[in-house]
Amino acid sequence: MITFQINDTPVEAEPGWTVLETARHYGIEIPTLCYHEAVSPSGACRLCMVELRDGDWSKLVASCIFPVAEGIRIYTETERIDNVRRWIFEMLLAEVPASPEIREMATQYGVESTRFSVKDPDEDCMVCGLCTRACEEIVGLSAISLMSRGVHKKVGAPFSRPTEVCVACGCCVTICPTGAMRRLIESVRETPEVTLTPLAV
Amino acid sequence: MMTGNTALQSETHRLTSWEDLHALQQQIIEAHDPNQSRIVVCHGTGCMANGSAKITRAFQEALEASNIEAKVMPGIKTTGCQGLCAHGPLVQINPQGLFYSRVKPSDVEEIIQKTIVEKKPIERLLYKDPDTGEAHHTEADIPFYKLQHRLILKNIGKIDPTDIHDKITAGGYQALAKALFTMTPEEVVAEIEKSGLRGRGGAGFPAGRKWRGALAAVKKKGGPVYVVVNGDEGDPGAFMDGSIMDGDPHAVLEGLIIGAYALGAEKGYLYVRAEYPLAIKHLDLAMQQAREYGLLGENILNTGFSFDAQINRGAGAFVCGESTALFTSIEGKPGNPRPKYVRSVEEGLWGKPTVLNNVETWANVPLIIEKGADWYSSIGVPHSTGTKVFCLVGKVKNVGLVEVPMGTSLSTIVEKIGGGVPSGKPFKAVQTGGPSGGCLPYESRDLPVDFDSLTKAGSMMGSGAMIVMDEHDCVVDVARYFLRFLEEESCGKCLPCRLGLTRMREILDNFSHGIGSEKDIEDLQSLSKAVQDGALCALGTSAPNPCLTTLKFFKDEYVAHVRDQKCPAGVCKDLITYYIDPDACTGCRTCAKQCPQECITGEKKKPHVIDADNCIRCGICMETCKFGAVLVQ
Repeated sequence: MITFQINDTPVEAEPGWTVLETARHYGIEIPTLCYHEAVSPSGACRLCMVELRDGDWSKLVASCIFPVAEGIRIYTETERIDNVRRWIFEMLLAEVPASPEIREMATQYGVESTRFSVKDPDEDCMVCGLCTRACEEIVGLSAISLMSRGVHKKVGAPFSRPTEVCVACGCCVTICPTGAMRRLIESVRETPEVTLTPLAV
Repeated sequence: MMTGNTALQSETHRLTSWEDLHALQQQIIEAHDPNQSRIVVCHGTGCMANGSAKITRAFQEALEASNIEAKVMPGIKTTGCQGLCAHGPLVQINPQGLFYSRVKPSDVEEIIQKTIVEKKPIERLLYKDPDTGEAHHTEADIPFYKLQHRLILKNIGKIDPTDIHDKITAGGYQALAKALFTMTPEEVVAEIEKSGLRGRGGAGFPAGRKWRGALAAVKKKGGPVYVVVNGDEGDPGAFMDGSIMDGDPHAVLEGLIIGAYALGAEKGYLYVRAEYPLAIKHLDLAMQQAREYGLLGENILNTGFSFDAQINRGAGAFVCGESTALFTSIEGKPGNPRPKYVRSVEEGLWGKPTVLNNVETWANVPLIIEKGADWYSSIGVPHSTGTKVFCLVGKVKNVGLVEVPMGTSLSTIVEKIGGGVPSGKPFKAVQTGGPSGGCLPYESRDLPVDFDSLTKAGSMMGSGAMIVMDEHDCVVDVARYFLRFLEEESCGKCLPCRLGLTRMREILDNFSHGIGSEKDIEDLQSLSKAVQDGALCALGTSAPNPCLTTLKFFKDEYVAHVRDQKCPAGVCKDLITYYIDPDACTGCRTCAKQCPQECITGEKKKPHVIDADNCIRCGICMETCKFGAVLVQ
């Protein structure tokens, strides 16, 4: 077992665990958007940032991907973390205004409005990439992937054309944290022969 | 290329010992008449853009058509960047070492007649000091070169990069032979560690420690280990690595082979941006020639050590200069960085231990091996040893390629070597480290330029671009420019970078229109910190640097934009007004004729007036006025 501290409390982790896994094991809350136990972590949304401290020195690391190590000191609620999270939420409110899930999460962290201009009021995909990782790692198909670069980055099938590779398994729809994939899968399937319905919980 | 080595070329054979290498070097030197004239034309990017290829052709044609005696017939050599780009195209005449600047094809006949045949210098073509007007005959006389300490650039501008014989004459591959025949791999690593060499790519991580880390990883997890050259230099204003690769490709290659020997690598990669076709061509040629001589490939110099390398071209993404993105790109995947909590010396290319060093870092390796770590660490300052190559660009007289010992002051580089701002006034700021670096004000001119001092000042070494700014550069506009560049180049994987850079740029756009408040300036600072803390890779974490440093040193200018609706530098179009000084205006009507809006009126020979309502602030009037009568406020 590896022993270290989260918020000055000693915790124990199995070798190979990440800080996030350990924190969740102990019921310590850390918000995430691009993380899911079923696929490999990518460290993209940066909401799970935690502060790693060593004496006077400190830095923020993505807990979903940061491996635990003996004796490290981790803090999950600090001013620096709060600053990063609040700005991400405020920018997300303008980026994916059509997602109630994001709005709810932002409210939890005290962000209720945004000063930034909204590009598309119907947008609900924030390109976290969970769908593409699910398609690659769980289904093994990679029918969809992340296309383009930077602000133009989006989810889709190669050349933005419908693809026969997609088997409409719905994995991507299930894993999508905002429900955007319900809409996007229409453009991925060659001919939507099956009607996808949300899974009953 | 006419190099005079064609006779030797056919005798190419594999070198099988150090003695072989020495013998070949001797043979090439003896085959040359030291008194034979050599016309050395700079084929660096700057001179090429100014037509140096035409000059080379003109020399070739003129010589073919001439009736010069065979024994006087000069050789022509084309080289990489000779450094003083501002005065290109450059041509040097050896053995006298005459340094001709701003040469035109029409000067060729005269050079052949006067300098080659009559052995006289042509005063008109000699480099003249812009301040004193004094003519300098040779490179060594020119202050721009005199104040430099050229180690990495020693051969660049002297040797023909397409000819391995030139390199061997200059001592090429001696360090490799020394390492292979007299040192164990462990001794090579120890030597690099002792030298204090730090990575020239930007972060300045000690190269020796990186190599040691890779060795430890191989021991722990097993090989293979890869060695990789990062030649994806993409900073605006940076052309150091490009110049090294196309001016002295064998230096990079030799460093890489020595590194491979030290680390036990059998395979190496040179990742070069596709926008450097000349570097790719010259590296490719260098590798072919090195293979022919048994300096690369199977059983190098008959020692049993085998190593080969290949070139991978980038596809135009700036982010692929980031180590982990570079690896995914070589692997054939999109160039997205991954968090580096597990270092690339442990899990790099294809998840294997990998040593990735920048072009200039690799080019330092042969120097250290040849002359020793003690010699190397005596140059520079204690924690930043050796020299650093910089690109001086922007508002500076001697735009060009400069190499100085680490720790040289900013003012020595910009004012003494660079000659300062063309207007003669003090510089306003210097952006070091490209878009990821910071903006240092004139007050920092005594700052020693080394890794730690720059970081402490809020900037960074970066790859070594130095963009000099004067009073006509607006810091808001500069920060906006760099953010726009990085916004375009962000891979888009993490949210702080993808969303944050756009939003920061939007806030700066507003400032340049005079929209915003002092609260917005504070918020911009807070958002900058969030991006710095939150972004995944170095592109994102360093992207706010230009913004944060200009806010630190030039906050007044930001405030002037939002509070007073003024752009003190006279750049942001929405915040400036052009007007004519009636006392200086002669009524020549030049500006009125040029004005695309036809909004300058007045009688001939009487002071004119600009109609501010119709003016689109293009600035043509100001540029065309010979009397300095058009002013901006």
